[in-house]
Amino acid sequence: MSSIGTGYDLSASQFSPDGRVFQVEYAAKAVENSGTVIGLRGKDGVVFAVEKLVTSKLYEPGANKRIFHVDEHVGMAVAGLISDARQIVETARSEASNYRSQYGTHVPLKYLNERVSMYMHAYTLYSAVRPYGCSVVMGTWTDYEGPQMYMLDPSGVSFSYFGCAVGKAKQAAKTEIEKLKLADMTVKDLVKEAARIIYLVHDELKDKQFELELSWVSKDTKGRHQIVPRELAAEAENLAKQALADIEDSDEGDM
Amino acid sequence: MAFMGDIMNPAPLWQNGPSPGAFYNFPGNSSSLASNHTPQDFKAHSASPITTTTTVIGVKFDKGCVIAGDTLGSYGSLARFRDCPRVMKVNDLILLGSGGDYADFQYLKDIITQKIIDEKCIGDGLQLKPRSLHCWLTRVLYNKRSKMDPLWNSYVVAGIQDGEPFLGAVDKLGTAYEDAAIANGLGAYMATPLLRDALEKGPLDQEAALALVRKCMKVLYYRDARAFQRYQIGVVTAEGVTVHDTEELQPDWSLAHMIHMK
Amino acid sequence: MFRNQYDSDVTVWSPQGRLHQVEYAMEAVKLGSATIGLKNKEYAVLIALKRAVSELSAYQKKIIPIDDHIGISISGLTADARMLSRFMRTECLNHRYAHDAPMPVGRLIALVGNKMQICTQRYDKRPLGVGLLVAGYDDQGPHIYQTCPSANYFDCRAMAIGARSQSARTYLEKHLTTFIDCDLQELVAHGLRALRDTLPNEVDLNNKNVSIAIVGPKTPLRICEEEELSRFLALVEGEERRGGASATGDAGAAPPRDEGDDRDPQVAVAMDTE
Repeated sequence: MSSIGTGYDLSASQFSPDGRVFQVEYAAKAVENSGTVIGLRGKDGVVFAVEKLVTSKLYEPGANKRIFHVDEHVGMAVAGLISDARQIVETARSEASNYRSQYGTHVPLKYLNERVSMYMHAYTLYSAVRPYGCSVVMGTWTDYEGPQMYMLDPSGVSFSYFGCAVGKAKQAAKTEIEKLKLADMTVKDLVKEAARIIYLVHDELKDKQFELELSWVSKDTKGRHQIVPRELAAEAENLAKQALADIEDSDEGDM
Repeated sequence: MAFMGDIMNPAPLWQNGPSPGAFYNFPGNSSSLASNHTPQDFKAHSASPITTTTTVIGVKFDKGCVIAGDTLGSYGSLARFRDCPRVMKVNDLILLGSGGDYADFQYLKDIITQKIIDEKCIGDGLQLKPRSLHCWLTRVLYNKRSKMDPLWNSYVVAGIQDGEPFLGAVDKLGTAYEDAAIANGLGAYMATPLLRDALEKGPLDQEAALALVRKCMKVLYYRDARAFQRYQIGVVTAEGVTVHDTEELQPDWSLAHMIHMK
Repeated sequence: MFRNQYDSDVTVWSPQGRLHQVEYAMEAVKLGSATIGLKNKEYAVLIALKRAVSELSAYQKKIIPIDDHIGISISGLTADARMLSRFMRTECLNHRYAHDAPMPVGRLIALVGNKMQICTQRYDKRPLGVGLLVAGYDDQGPHIYQTCPSANYFDCRAMAIGARSQSARTYLEKHLTTFIDCDLQELVAHGLRALRDTLPNEVDLNNKNVSIAIVGPKTPLRICEEEELSRFLALVEGEERRGGASATGDAGAAPPRDEGDDRDPQVAVAMDTE
C-alpha cells in the first residue's frame, strides 16, 4: 500500500490516485483483528460458530454475544467492532420488522441482505461518517428455498456462500471449510465441524481465553434460528477438544 | 447527495436511515421545535366501528384464567364473516381477547406480534408479563382516543403475573381495570352477573371455570343477536397458554315459544 | 500537532483498523477517580472514591441514582455522564409508564450502548468521555455492567474503572470466586479493600471521600448516608494496607507495586474487537 500516508487515505469520500478508497480497506482491517466467525451452509440448514475472545476474567461468562437473532428465522453472526455490529443488527431487525408489517410474512433473506448491504454501503460514501468496522454473516432456512447464507463486508459488498469465514484466522478456517462436503452434510454434523474448526484455528499464544458460540437455523428447528442446545454444543465442543488433542499427539509422534 | 436540501431538514443518508443531525437536540433544530397543532389534527377520524365482534369474557380460577369469544364478524346486523378468531396467544404468559372493530384488532395484533418477536430477538430470556401488556394497551388506547381517533376495541388481558393469575380489561377510551370476572359489550350485562355469582360461591378450579364460561357463551348466544354458536376458548396457567380449537355450542330453541314479545 | 495523521477525527480509520479518537476518549475514563462495582447472589454494590476539586469545594458526587432498581457510578467527564444519566432516567421512566414495570437492566444498557455508538461514527460528534459502572437488580437478579466510550459494554461479575483502578481489578480478580457466596457486609468490605488498593499511601478511605450504593431484592437503590457509611468503613478500618488481604488470611499476596507511580497500563486497542 504505497499510498498510505499520502493523505489520500483520510476520508471515505476520497479516491486515491490509483482508484482505491483506503478508508474502506482500513475498516476491513478492524474486522481482521476480531475473533474468527464461520458460517456453514449444509443440506438442511445453516450453522454459525464464533470464537469469542474474552479479554478479562471479570466478565460474566456468555456476555457480549456475537450471534444475534434478526428475526425468528434469521440469524446473524458478527465479526469486528461489536458496538458497530449491534447497529447493523438493529438495522436488520427493523428491516425485517418493516417487511412483516408491509407484507405480513417473513422477510426473504435475499431481500434483507440487499437492504442491509445498501445500508453498510451508504456509510462508505460520505466524509461525514466512517465505514462500519464489522462484517456480518446472515443465514436462514425456509421450506421453499432451503438454506441460505450471505456474508456482508464493511464495503457493503455481499455474496451468498456455502461456507465462509471472517476474522483473525479466516485463511486457516477457509482451508478447513473447503475440505468439507458441505452440500451433503446435515446441521448436526456441521455443528461438530464448526466447533472443531474454531478450536483448530484459535491461537492459544496470542489470545488466551475464548468462548465458543454456536447457533443454527435448519429444517429441524422449523426454520427458527436458535442457539445450539447446551448438551449438543457441549458434545461438539468436547469432540473439538479431543480432535485438537489428537492432532497435538500425532505432531509429537512425528518428531 | 445526502447533504442536499434544507439545512435544517437534511435528507436521510439512505432510505429510512438516519439523517445528519437527526440525533441532535440543539435548541432551534427543527426536530426540537414544538409541534404546532392545528384544528385539523383533532378532527374525529373513526366515529364508528365497521366490522365488529361482540362480547369477550374472561374469568380467573385458582391457577389461571380462561377467556372466550365467538368467531363472528358482524357488518352492522349482517352476520358477514364466520371465522374471525379473536382469542390470541401473546406469549407463554399472556392470552389476549378482543371485542369491537375487527380491523382495529388485527392492526394491534400485528403490532403486539412484532413486539413479541422483538423481545425474542433480544434473547435475554425475559418475557412480557400480562400487567405490562395491560398497561401498554391502556397507553396506546388512551393516546389514540385523545387524538379523537380511537381503536374501537375492548380488550381482555389474561395471564400469569409472577406466578399469580392476572385478568384485566381496557376499552377504547383507555379505561382500564382488573377484576376476577370480565365481560364487555352485551356480555357486561348478561355474563358478568353469572360470572360474579359463580365466583362468590367460592374459588373455581379450571374445570369449573371452563364450564362457567361455556354456560356464559350459551346464554349470550341465546340473547345477543350479534353472537354466534362457534367460539374459541383460551386457557392460561403457569404451564403455559393454550387456545382451544373452535367449539360449537348446541343450542336448544325448544324453549323459544315461552318468550313472548309485546 | 497530532500524534499521527489518523487521529484527527472519529471518522478516520487508521491503516491498522483502529480509531484513535475513540481510544483517546477511553483515556478520559482514567482521569476520573476510581470506582468499583461488585455483586453477590442478591445484591449489587457500587463503591466510589470521591474527589474534592479544591480545599473549599465539596466532594464531587460520583454515584447517580437512575431508578429504584438502577444506579450508576461514573468515571471521566462528569458532564457527559449527566447526559447519559438523563437518558437512562428517561428510558426507565418511559418503560415504567408504558409497561408498569422496572426496566430490565440489560436492555437499558443495550440502549445506552447503541446511543453511544452513534457518536463514534460521525464527523460532527465525539465519543462520550465517560465510563460507567451500572448496578441494577431485576427479575434475573443483581447485575454489574461496565460501559466504555467505545460504546462497548460488559456484563461483569465485578469491575473497577478510573484512575489507578488496575490494582483494584487485581484485587477483584483474586477474590472473584468468593463474592457470589458472601453476605452484603463482606461484599462491601471486599469493595472497600479493592478501592483502598487504588489509593496512594498517604490517603485513606473516610466517610467524606467514599460513596456506597446498594441495590437488591426488596432493597431499592440506596446511597449510604453518614451512619451506615461509617459502619461499612469500620469493617476494613485498621486492616493492613496493600492487598487488603489480612481479613481473608492471605496477606502479602498482592503484587508489589511502585508507590506513587502507579499508572494504568496503556490499552493497545481501546475499541478492542475481542
